[in-house]
Amino acid sequence: MNAKELCEKSRACLADFTTWVALDSSNLSAGRQLAVKYFIVAVILFFAQLLFGMIAATQFIFPNFLYSWLDFSVNRMVHINAMVVWMLYGFIGCVYWLLEDESGTDIVGLNLGVLAFWVLTGAVTLVVLVYLFIQIGAGNDTTIWLINEGREYIEAPRWADIGIVIVMLIFFYNVVATFSKGKWSGIAGVLTLDLVALAGLYTAGMFYMTNITHDQYWWWWVIHLWVEATWEVLVGVIMAWSLMKLLGVRRQIVTTWLYIEVALMFGSGILGLGHHYFWIGTPEYWLTIGGFFSALEPIPLVAMVVHAMYDAGTHSFKNSNHPAVAWIIAQAFGNFFGAGVWGFMHTLPQINLYTHGTQWSASHGHLAFFGAYATINIAFFYLAIQHWRGDVWMSNGMPNAWRWKWALGLLNAGVLGMTIALLIAGYEQSFIERATEGSTWGGYFSAQNHPSFQSAMVWRWLFGLMTFSGLVLLIWDLLTIGKGETRKTQEIIEH
Amino acid sequence: MNDTPLWASESFWKKTAIWVTAGSFIILVFLTMDSLSQTKAGSKRVPAYAVINKKIDYVYQKDLHKSMPVIGDTELLFGKEYTEAEAEQLVMLGKKTTQAKNCMNCHTLLGNGAYYAPDLTKAYLDKGWVNKEMRDDMMVNFLMDPEKNARTFGSNRKMPNLNITETEAKGVVAFLKWMSSIDTNGFPYNFKTINAED
Repeated sequence: MNAKELCEKSRACLADFTTWVALDSSNLSAGRQLAVKYFIVAVILFFAQLLFGMIAATQFIFPNFLYSWLDFSVNRMVHINAMVVWMLYGFIGCVYWLLEDESGTDIVGLNLGVLAFWVLTGAVTLVVLVYLFIQIGAGNDTTIWLINEGREYIEAPRWADIGIVIVMLIFFYNVVATFSKGKWSGIAGVLTLDLVALAGLYTAGMFYMTNITHDQYWWWWVIHLWVEATWEVLVGVIMAWSLMKLLGVRRQIVTTWLYIEVALMFGSGILGLGHHYFWIGTPEYWLTIGGFFSALEPIPLVAMVVHAMYDAGTHSFKNSNHPAVAWIIAQAFGNFFGAGVWGFMHTLPQINLYTHGTQWSASHGHLAFFGAYATINIAFFYLAIQHWRGDVWMSNGMPNAWRWKWALGLLNAGVLGMTIALLIAGYEQSFIERATEGSTWGGYFSAQNHPSFQSAMVWRWLFGLMTFSGLVLLIWDLLTIGKGETRKTQEIIEH
Repeated sequence: MNDTPLWASESFWKKTAIWVTAGSFIILVFLTMDSLSQTKAGSKRVPAYAVINKKIDYVYQKDLHKSMPVIGDTELLFGKEYTEAEAEQLVMLGKKTTQAKNCMNCHTLLGNGAYYAPDLTKAYLDKGWVNKEMRDDMMVNFLMDPEKNARTFGSNRKMPNLNITETEAKGVVAFLKWMSSIDTNGFPYNFKTINAED
């Protein structure tokens, strides 16, 4: 088959797929068409995250699997980078989705926003291809600028960092200019200030430093102040808006809750940053400050659970989109358990001395990122598909409702299973490697070779497979839910 | 709506959110300035790069209930005495190499990174390098050809060949030696170094 035939064949396949999916974009405003572009890439990257996660998990059991072709470092990097980027795509999509509705006007500078989407997506594709096919370079600035910065979570080379900042500025312009043209609200204000912090913090991670203590100091500014502060507030904003839309909660209630959450989140999260400064060379006072404030971090997450459950309860769970509300409830609990409880379990320095740098962190990371961020994005995917299909009925008596329920069950049970398996591995590492053998290389491998660690890795793999099958089912459901539905959505009255 | 108590009013929580956020951030900025000045290369907590010319150990201090780095007499790296500028160059090459080779996605550095391979915080002081006479060359050879000089500790997990040159390998060893001298508040706990008697 030559290139021309291949091209025609793929075009025909795409046409068949489009006919099968039968989505009508004229149901969406221009702003929401941009939002769904972000959602589509988010889902593709979600798939990549799980695929490379599975390969890395396999290598824990069979170290020779793809050895020297796709080494663990590459798979793990793609696994965590795909996660960070798909969640960001999801958040940006969510903001474009609610922007017109919240501001009461069309998006200002939409064409620029669309251009930024294609630039960002092109850049992400290129970065991933370089990760996979070039992987590493010589120990010099060229590698840091063009191939890989080699700093966990923000490995993207420097050229891509600059591109990301430019795209974020365009996104920020869209948001601020649209609210300025339309109307401001409490949600709009919190969102805007949060985006300033989000974009500004990223620049803290764009410098090379030989002094590794300083290097990791600023690196945590980006990672922690994103994940445990600004992202959480962003989720609070998205949650506030969706509770109004899905359940009909009064604006005053969600806005007041949002302010309370911001106060608690930033009040605990900003200085909670100190829990990353226990062991990197920074002064001892961080043991007290980090321990104290990070121990408070679960409080806003409890508030969010109360908020979501109370609102859902007072509205008797009557809502216009059952899968979306189910995922929002999953978010409230997932955020509380994953970020709150699992974070608290090893945040005090007295225990962190033994758990730092073990599978405890992986256990916490899996449940927290999924519980706090994957869930809310999935809720929005369901919201988007409902409108894309023409604002159709997605409440009681949907055909094939087993699919979304099973996807919800498999994904949640899969991630929870991985979390428990990794926690067992983490406990074992803390005892054997850290406490008993004093963290030597010999101690590290004694712990890795221990049967309870090895079996934990097998269980993690099996639950990973469950998660992966949940995602496949989720994608199938998103592509088919509401197809052929003629009933219009259930009316939700604000009260 | 005068009957709304203060704690239930939107404006009260709006102001609280602003003040709490701004206050926390200002405190963080002050703490950051202090932390950065206390951890400059050449400070008490983070020694100057020329520390690679010295003997470094990590010893349990009974009164403090934790291990602390102990900087001793001259113990040259690769038989050469480096000036501070030369040492910084070498450590910089090593640090850039660890980034370029993506070490952090298998190993942890200061406990941060991935968990597929051992922590590098005090790796230079690890007993696994048999004795101090062999250590530096052994580390360079391992980094340049990790497959042939595999150190799997029965795990079957091998470091892949990352095309590290001899100069880069020496840089990495210098970087690891310098990093092992940082005061990490007692992390890792209970670590017995290559200098410790069994």
